[in-house]
Amino acid sequence: MNEMFSLMKDISIVDFTMTDLRLYLDTHPYDARAMEYYSHYAGIKRKLEKEFAMKYYPLSSEFSQCENEWRWVLSPMPWENEANQICMCKGGN
Amino acid sequence: MWNYEKRLQFPVNIKTPNAQAAKVIISQYGGPDGEMGASMRYLSQRFATPYREVSGLLTDIGTEELAHLEMVATIVHQLTRNLSMEEIKAGGFADYYVDHTVGIWPQAAGGVPFNACEFQSKGDVITDLFEDMAAEQKARTTYDNILRLIDDPDICAPIKFLRAREIVHFQRFGEALRITQDNLNSKNFYAFNPGFDNASCNK
Repeated sequence: MNEMFSLMKDISIVDFTMTDLRLYLDTHPYDARAMEYYSHYAGIKRKLEKEFAMKYYPLSSEFSQCENEWRWVLSPMPWENEANQICMCKGGN
Repeated sequence: MWNYEKRLQFPVNIKTPNAQAAKVIISQYGGPDGEMGASMRYLSQRFATPYREVSGLLTDIGTEELAHLEMVATIVHQLTRNLSMEEIKAGGFADYYVDHTVGIWPQAAGGVPFNACEFQSKGDVITDLFEDMAAEQKARTTYDNILRLIDDPDICAPIKFLRAREIVHFQRFGEALRITQDNLNSKNFYAFNPGFDNASCNK
């Protein structure tokens, strides 16, 4: 797996952690440790998304920072195999 | 309000098209326990909820279901690309093909179109949460059934992910029901709708 997909995999993992924590926090809104955990991962996600946009393409349009082309629309759609060369299996990549 | 992220919640990378698999998996797009019904159920129900923890949870799970809807559509799309006419006929896909080619359209495996009757929004948080817990179990059963029919690991990986999320959502809805019941006025012994009957229940 090349560097781009390894970065996308990290983003997927961090975002999934946040999604799962968000639902937990919705029913446990006073759990300070979970909140700390959530903001820790939120910081990592922003950093990784900026890095991905800078090196490859923006995963959300707010990170689009191109000079001469609107890369938000020129990059692959998420249902293309080209955007999914990520192995989520244990020990993979 | 929503924002879009240009990636799937869990990657889908299917190398071998399979019309037969697409024909059953489309049910989790627009079938009776599919992701379209799931997202619309929670995103509609949340307005009638008097407790913020519960309306917040319905918003966040409803939003996650939209990501699942996109994953299921991706699975069907990748399974039906580059099919030959022979494969379409042999896979029992001609009935779908004649109306939609290989475009994505919400229907059940048996061809029944998506219909808002696949979900309820009853305007009563207790009633709605019991429906939501049942809905998560029904979707989990459907994914179990799909996994018994399919052996391609490229298809099974995202289906197993989706199945696991149904279990987590069931757990969270159970907690939301507990929060709701804890919030009921002790005089509301028969659990009348706490979002509508305030005047009579809270006396």
